[in-house]
Amino acid sequence: MALDPTLVGRGYPPSAVYEVGRQKIAEFADAIGAADPVHRDTDAARAAGHPDVIAPPTFAIALTLSAAGVVVEDPDVALDYSRVVHGEQRFTHHRPIRAGDRLVATPTIEAVRSVGGNDLLTTRVDVATEDGEPVCSATSMLVARGTA
Amino acid sequence: MTATVRAADVGVGTELPEQTYPVTRADLVRYAGASGDFNPIHWNERVATEVGLPGVIAHGMLTMALAARAVTAWAGDPGALVEYHVRFGRPVVVPDDDAGARVTVRGKVGALGEDGRARVDLTVTSGGEKVLSLARATVQLA
Repeated sequence: MALDPTLVGRGYPPSAVYEVGRQKIAEFADAIGAADPVHRDTDAARAAGHPDVIAPPTFAIALTLSAAGVVVEDPDVALDYSRVVHGEQRFTHHRPIRAGDRLVATPTIEAVRSVGGNDLLTTRVDVATEDGEPVCSATSMLVARGTA
Repeated sequence: MTATVRAADVGVGTELPEQTYPVTRADLVRYAGASGDFNPIHWNERVATEVGLPGVIAHGMLTMALAARAVTAWAGDPGALVEYHVRFGRPVVVPDDDAGARVTVRGKVGALGEDGRARVDLTVTSGGEKVLSLARATVQLA
């Protein structure tokens, strides 16, 4: 069934706080082979002008993926996850994510379209500190094949 | 928060050093754990072929992360990447051997703003095929 166009603009409550740990940043950097010391060594990060070790540019997906899952599981969206592939991804960074950040992720449905029998769902997840400082936005376009 | 490449030293058409990254099944397992994306098509051949894929495929987000490495290695600061967009074209199939797949990243400056921001247009291939059909990264240069 094609997605309901009136879903566009629907917002969801902020996620629970995600506390960014040094070990998690190092683990993610290892997993993508990013050897830069700013991901592991606080002194190197400070020398580069950061208050603490910073995460690689796509690290936000570790918290925005599950935040976007809330949208996919919304009964009004009810996307068949077994048919879903990742179509597009965008990150807009206001500043790098860093160790010690306490982040909340807030999803919004940005667009729904049906193209060639596929449902396309675009979700934007805004990531901010719990004090409200914007950190980044992650926009994911998911394609549900053959569902429209 | 400073890139080591100066905007004054860059022009439209400046090419980034080409990078090639190997991706093995072990890398996919490691990335699944680090990112929390445990979709079995990234580690289970049976499930991957059941859903019509040629085999286990890399996470699109891992390919995206590797392409970002090529950009930030050139710019000199992983914190310099301010905007990054990719469209996932075709999957990176990762064979069950020790060599795995290879992802090659080429980049060229497509636009340069007065604010010292460069838009890098990326060509990302594996096995000679484009795997990202649109990939653009904007970096704040020094």
